[in-house]
Amino acid sequence: MLKMNNISKVYRTELVETHALRELDLHVEEGEFVAVTGPSGSGKTTFLNVAGLLESPSSGDYILDGQDVSQQNDRQRSRIRNEKVGFIFQSFNLIPDLNLADNVEVPLRYRGWSGKERRRAVGDMLDLVGLGSRQNYLPSQLSGGQQQRVAIARALAGKPRFLLADEPTGNLDSEMADIVMKLLESINADGTTIVMVTHDPDLAHRASRNIHILDGRASDLVVPASTNVMPLPERGVARV
Amino acid sequence: MFKYYVRLAMDSIRRTPVLSTLMVMALGLGIGAFMTTFTVYYLMSGDPIPHKSSVLFAVQLDNWDPNEPPTESAADVQPQLTYRDGQNLMNADTPATLQAHMYATNAVVVPENDEPPFDEAIRATYQTFFEMFDVPFLYGQPWEDRDDEEHASVAVIGRELNDRLFNGENSVGRTIRLDDNFFKITGVIDDWQPMPRFYHADWSRAFEDTEQIFIPMSRAVDKPMGPSGNTNCWKPIDEDLPVLEAFLQSECVWTQFWAQLDTPEQAANYKDYLDNYVRDQKQIGRFERPLNTFLSNVQEWMEVNNVVKDDNRVLVRLSFLFLLVCVLNTVGLLLAKFLGKSGEVALRRAMGASRGAVFSQNLVEVGTIGVLGGIAGTGLAWLGLQAVASLYRGYQHLVHLDLVMLTAAIGLATLSAILAGLYPVWRVSRLAPAGLLKTQ
Repeated sequence: MLKMNNISKVYRTELVETHALRELDLHVEEGEFVAVTGPSGSGKTTFLNVAGLLESPSSGDYILDGQDVSQQNDRQRSRIRNEKVGFIFQSFNLIPDLNLADNVEVPLRYRGWSGKERRRAVGDMLDLVGLGSRQNYLPSQLSGGQQQRVAIARALAGKPRFLLADEPTGNLDSEMADIVMKLLESINADGTTIVMVTHDPDLAHRASRNIHILDGRASDLVVPASTNVMPLPERGVARV
Repeated sequence: MFKYYVRLAMDSIRRTPVLSTLMVMALGLGIGAFMTTFTVYYLMSGDPIPHKSSVLFAVQLDNWDPNEPPTESAADVQPQLTYRDGQNLMNADTPATLQAHMYATNAVVVPENDEPPFDEAIRATYQTFFEMFDVPFLYGQPWEDRDDEEHASVAVIGRELNDRLFNGENSVGRTIRLDDNFFKITGVIDDWQPMPRFYHADWSRAFEDTEQIFIPMSRAVDKPMGPSGNTNCWKPIDEDLPVLEAFLQSECVWTQFWAQLDTPEQAANYKDYLDNYVRDQKQIGRFERPLNTFLSNVQEWMEVNNVVKDDNRVLVRLSFLFLLVCVLNTVGLLLAKFLGKSGEVALRRAMGASRGAVFSQNLVEVGTIGVLGGIAGTGLAWLGLQAVASLYRGYQHLVHLDLVMLTAAIGLATLSAILAGLYPVWRVSRLAPAGLLKTQ
């Protein structure tokens, strides 16, 4: 589903050169639920941005769903992002002035679906996250957990094959976080590949695989029965 | 997507009412100021009789003081003719299709009803005037050719006066009292207001109302009815003659003369005729200056008379500069507005919007602001034109916004907004979404 080979990302200013990703190799199979952990500044977010085609790598190859997307232009990358990738953010990122239905249909607008198709998909997704009766609510009228469920509905509305979640429970209390995690697990069970960045080891353990990013390099983690985690040697290919 | 973008634009405008109002007003002020001056300029410089303006010619003969500086162009020559030259041309067998001699006068109209008498401008002319200038008739027709020869007491009146005196009924055959004389009405002309009023465009008269009363020039001179326009003389009148006769035979210029010349050959022949006429007059001691005769078609005549003053052109340029300043201010406001919603832009990019889609969406918003600015500007232009009308006498006909100007106002505002918005819209479409999503 996702193959990154030797991916590097360097941010340059006149004075500083920052290596956010260093020859990162990472493979994710279709249907996996992968948790990405790592300390702040390790490159998790950069990895997520590159994986979601929001940024281009400085070097390396990136194959998404069998398609080399390393050198695509903006229009092609936008189309792939729209059709194949769903995003879930820590701070939900709902548009405050749009009601729930209008928020959920945003990616569908760029897909070019008809009004009828959009309405059906929006209704189905809001029903899925348990908010079907609140289509006309504004985000400000919902709790944090409900807003994140709307964000998940938005991410899923276009039926992407690949979901990228950046600290999806970071702003939620434990009860709400559990509800959101169960929702993600259910979505994964239905076949959607999920890559989730998290700081929370408990949430990471609920994923089928953990990848640790440190100094811009990724390594699979061995997850023993206890809560301690041990990184594999650096620069190991996460899975072939 | 266009409808979706318009909806988003309206939502965005509602979401930032102060900023949006500032932008709309900035554009509106610029458009309002520009459209006010440009409308006046546009109407001043319009072709008052487009289907015939190239074949209607004002006649100028340089009979002026030989001690004055030499003539270099038509603008240096008196725009009016002496009475005797006009009469000589009217009575001659010239190569013109039609000719009309005329002057402006006035009289007191005494209504048949209880309304008090009132002063009214009159055009004393020939029956050819109506055919030559395609004057539309509501009732009746011009007086006959022989009425000019017989100095008949006949008149054509305007619709407005007909409404006032006869309640809009067909007044042909009825009489109108001018001072102590009665004139039989032969026709009522429909609304007719060539703008500028080219047939008498000297000095500041180009934007006055057309007269509501037309009578034969021969009858007006008999009465006598003195000219109400400019009368310029360089030579004392002959004191041995009776006053009226002396005035009519003088070198004073106070009449206007027009000829219809349908082809360039006809115009050339007519010019030759005028030159020969002046040569003949020189032999009897008149026309002491070098031979200078001029024929100017309607558009040329507007330039000769400087109908569109240089001040008007300067005002148009200044107001355009003001519009540019408003547009530049709008650029700053748009930049602030769009950068303020960079988080939403980043989110839309993450959801699959390309840079082009973001550009289009925001350009539609800019265009919507432009349309609103155009509407505001049209309202302000209307107010500006009312102010012009109240400040300057004779500009009443220059204070209306026609459909062309309305469309131009809104189009110009939209174009201005789009030009103002190009940089902010481009800037926001180039924002890197990755860095902004975290900070949402």
